[in-house]
Amino acid sequence: MPARILLPVALLTLLALAVAVPGLLTGVDPLAADPLRALTPPGGAHWFGSDHLGRDVLSRVVYGARHSLSIGVSATAVAVTSGILLGLAAGLSPKWLDEALARSFDVLSTLPELLLALLVIAITGPGTGSVIFAIAVAQIPNYARVIRAQTFVVRHAGYVEQAVTFGRSRAVITAQHVLPNVLGPIPVLATIGLGQAVIGASGLSFLGMGPQPPAAEWGAMLAEARNYLRVAWWEALFPGIAITLTVICLTVLGRRLQRRFEGRTP
Amino acid sequence: MTTFQEEHAETGRAPASDIPLVAVADLRVGFGGTEVVRGVSLSVAAGECVAIVGESGSGKSVTARSLLGLAGPGSQVEARTFDLSGRDARAFRPADWRRLRGGFAGLVLQDALVSLDPLRTVAAEIGEVLAVHEVVPRARRLERVLELLDAVGVPDPAARARQHPHQLSGGLRQRVLIASAIAAEPKLIIADEPTTALDVTVQAQILRLLAERKAAGTALLLISHDLAVVASIADRVLVMKDGRVVEEGPVRRVLSAPAHDYTRSLLAAVPSAASRGTRLSGGPPLPRRAPNPSAQVLAATALSRSYGPRRVVDDVSFTLHEGETLGIVGESGSGKTTLARLVLGLLEPETGRVSLHQRQWSGLPERQRRPMRQRVQLISQNPLDSFDPRHTVGRLVTEPLALPRRERRARALDLLERVGLPAAYAARHPRELSGGQRQRVAIARALAPRPDVLVCDEPVSALDVSIQAQVLDLLAEIQAEYGTALLFISHDLGVVHHVSDRVLVMKDGRVVEEGAVEQVFQRPRHPYTRALVDAVPRLG
Amino acid sequence: MIKRLGTGLAVLWAAATSSYVALLLAPGDTIDILIGDGADTPEIRARIVAEWGLDRPEVVQYLSYLWRLLHGDLGRSYQLQRGVGEILATQVGPTLQLTLAAAATGVTLAGVIALATAGRGRWSRGAASAAELVSVSVPPFLIGIVLLSVFSFTFGWFPVSGASGPQALVLPALALGLPIAGVLGQVLRGGLERALEQPFAVTARARGLTERALVARHALRHALIPAVTLAGWFTGTLLGGTVITEVLFGRPGLGQVAMQAVTGRDMPVVMAVVLVSAIAYVTISTLLDLAYRAIDPRIGG
Repeated sequence: MPARILLPVALLTLLALAVAVPGLLTGVDPLAADPLRALTPPGGAHWFGSDHLGRDVLSRVVYGARHSLSIGVSATAVAVTSGILLGLAAGLSPKWLDEALARSFDVLSTLPELLLALLVIAITGPGTGSVIFAIAVAQIPNYARVIRAQTFVVRHAGYVEQAVTFGRSRAVITAQHVLPNVLGPIPVLATIGLGQAVIGASGLSFLGMGPQPPAAEWGAMLAEARNYLRVAWWEALFPGIAITLTVICLTVLGRRLQRRFEGRTP
Repeated sequence: MTTFQEEHAETGRAPASDIPLVAVADLRVGFGGTEVVRGVSLSVAAGECVAIVGESGSGKSVTARSLLGLAGPGSQVEARTFDLSGRDARAFRPADWRRLRGGFAGLVLQDALVSLDPLRTVAAEIGEVLAVHEVVPRARRLERVLELLDAVGVPDPAARARQHPHQLSGGLRQRVLIASAIAAEPKLIIADEPTTALDVTVQAQILRLLAERKAAGTALLLISHDLAVVASIADRVLVMKDGRVVEEGPVRRVLSAPAHDYTRSLLAAVPSAASRGTRLSGGPPLPRRAPNPSAQVLAATALSRSYGPRRVVDDVSFTLHEGETLGIVGESGSGKTTLARLVLGLLEPETGRVSLHQRQWSGLPERQRRPMRQRVQLISQNPLDSFDPRHTVGRLVTEPLALPRRERRARALDLLERVGLPAAYAARHPRELSGGQRQRVAIARALAPRPDVLVCDEPVSALDVSIQAQVLDLLAEIQAEYGTALLFISHDLGVVHHVSDRVLVMKDGRVVEEGAVEQVFQRPRHPYTRALVDAVPRLG
Repeated sequence: MIKRLGTGLAVLWAAATSSYVALLLAPGDTIDILIGDGADTPEIRARIVAEWGLDRPEVVQYLSYLWRLLHGDLGRSYQLQRGVGEILATQVGPTLQLTLAAAATGVTLAGVIALATAGRGRWSRGAASAAELVSVSVPPFLIGIVLLSVFSFTFGWFPVSGASGPQALVLPALALGLPIAGVLGQVLRGGLERALEQPFAVTARARGLTERALVARHALRHALIPAVTLAGWFTGTLLGGTVITEVLFGRPGLGQVAMQAVTGRDMPVVMAVVLVSAIAYVTISTLLDLAYRAIDPRIGG
């Protein structure tokens, strides 16, 4: 494995570890407040410093991974699944239905993701579930459009036509050629999309729409830290780095996969 | 070989007063360690036409472009002598090169659709040369553009000048490109495959135009993969292979008495009337085919099909017999490919019908057609597009057969062997193969169900002439072995003449002439066929 | 062009309809939702029923809702006790200022990045790619936070919040414009490099053009084509980013209004903001579409 892919993979493994067994990486309770030791700079007792309530920033960043990532992963899973179903439905349907679905994807994707998410949250109220739902709804049209376009390309590819001349039935061609070639790029798209979902979720949390205090979530931590920027830069720096690194790793990995994938398909 | 000696004496004895436009010795061009031009020597005298002929990867294009300092990014160019118009180009700075480009030599590339800036008008493209080299004052520029367009035979220059390249036909575009190359009145035109993307009749017009420039005193350096194209116009020819010049001499002599094996094999590989029955890639004659005129395999009756308001195929009828090859020849837009799709049952005719073994084939519900589908198979111009990108070669060639996994491998190896591919290729992906190898895979796959009819839609158009020869030989062998009927579609009259028993000439969706191949090509009755045959450049 | 207008109207209609559908799908009584956290009196309830026609059949409700929109009546906020149109009108100015400044910043920087790095070897290509990677990977508010801590808290060059004077516009415009610059710069650079490898670039060089003239007269126009097709992304980033930027920098504007409306569950305002952003989207993408046609003569019409 080349070095430029090794680093993202290593970091993502560490992240997975933080999600699965956070206790392994830190022994401190992320919610344990100690007002007497509030806003301690990074050093001996608190590697990443402590926040305005005296909670350990390192521990909160580690435990925050679970919150932030589970939101991203759930939202992506919902968006990808619905996107595939809708995209395939459009791509394989008769023309009029395809047109109608395609138009509705277009319209949904005209609304900025964040506004669409806010519209959803205005109705459902803030909370983890709302953020997942909102991000998923906002991302569905992206996946659906890609899948529809890909379905269209594959359906008109030379190898599908060739399969017709072999006397294959429509169902067999769909199962053997169309579906595998349409779904091939999904892991790549989902990896990059996961990064964008994490960013979107952190934005909503930052606006106070996500997990409510005192839950450790990266976006929410940044929202709180904003009030102490002048005195405690570390309270904002570390969750900020955590989000950015996560997304960079996912994006690099996704693009790498994409290049490999495109190298193989015409 | 006295002639050989004499020629060299001749070319070496240029009059002292007349400095050659180009005098290059031992030119070497490398890209990051790989040398693609390995010691080429080349001279072009004023008013002379020199041709460089070679297959892809021979280094002919890079050689030509280095003469303009445009070998490409990351290239290292070295030469013992590199004199352009009497000046040593090795010491050139960028500004010297720029003065030379357009001013001393104009460049004409293949396919003007991409070689002219698609976002700019014809006037802007030609005017650019006039502006850079300050040929005429700004106020006279448009006037000069119109004169140039007129000079290259573009009708209604004032209207054309305002148009964009995509609004012109291929031939007009190429004329515009030539106009822009000669705008600053260079002494030399470097033309890199200037007619390759064009139909044969248009190619003849462009060659005539280039010959006119030559007659007017401009020297020509012509780069081509096609010996026949250069034959009519060049004085001298250089044959290149793998970055070296393997043979050089007056065009007549090289074509009639080639000295180098490679030139000989190249000439032998060109399909034509004379090459019928011979193996283009060398070796014993092809096995004789025996068409059976009493066993009709496929018949088309009065087929028509439109796209929108345009009739793409219009009232076409023909029959195809066992073991026979029916050639379909026509220029782009003549409806050849649509006809192929009608025959394959991938498209339904609006009127008329296709029958297979005297039974209805077109207009059937797909369910009834399916069991018969494998009787008619397709080989297309671009095999890569016809392969599922996820599959290996082994899987691809057995695809029509729907075999259980265990039997697949053995059958795949059989098929690969039949088309001359090593067994190791079964595990590869088609992307890893060359164009010729991919076409072999496509043939193996089409062959797998032992079809009665093989529709070949421009099967060799994307291939170099030596690879084309191998593929055509393979098709001929297979046809002789299995008695398959071939519907062979091509724009190349030489290829069609080589392979076909009978031929159909198509124009604008209609069949203008049909008959035995010798009769149609040697005594064409229809004016269009005559124009087509006359337009084909000939060797010798 | 007529088709273009039709699509624009369809988008607006769909935006209005989907927010209306969202309102209907929301769990609970529509009247409760429309009141949100506002004062709840029988008079207000009666007024809502009258305004939204809740006592009439649903089709009529929907049509009368569209009819009101068509007349520019965006409804009434029952929390703020004011007309929604009135509320938004006061806030459009600062938001317009911010988005225009950010768009200008982003596009200018993108142009600079592209021209400085296109075809200049591996090092500058790496730098441009890194800038793009960071700008798609950093949450937009984080850029703002970093700008704030460096330029406001550490150096004290710019005010921390508010919208008084051009000074206060610098950091928000940067925070919103930088991600745009990163992505757009990469797209423009890619477009330039691809254009410079095309056969027509070889032809142009063979006419004696300098590299600079080649970029200016030929390549730049080609590079703009993929950039223009990013219209949807561009608008979304700009409009969505406005909410976060305004909240972070304490600027007044539509984003703040939207946030307050969402927090206070003031549905009439939320629905109006969605509609306004759809209008902005349609406007921007129509303009970019016109630009596209001007750049590329191959597009019919």
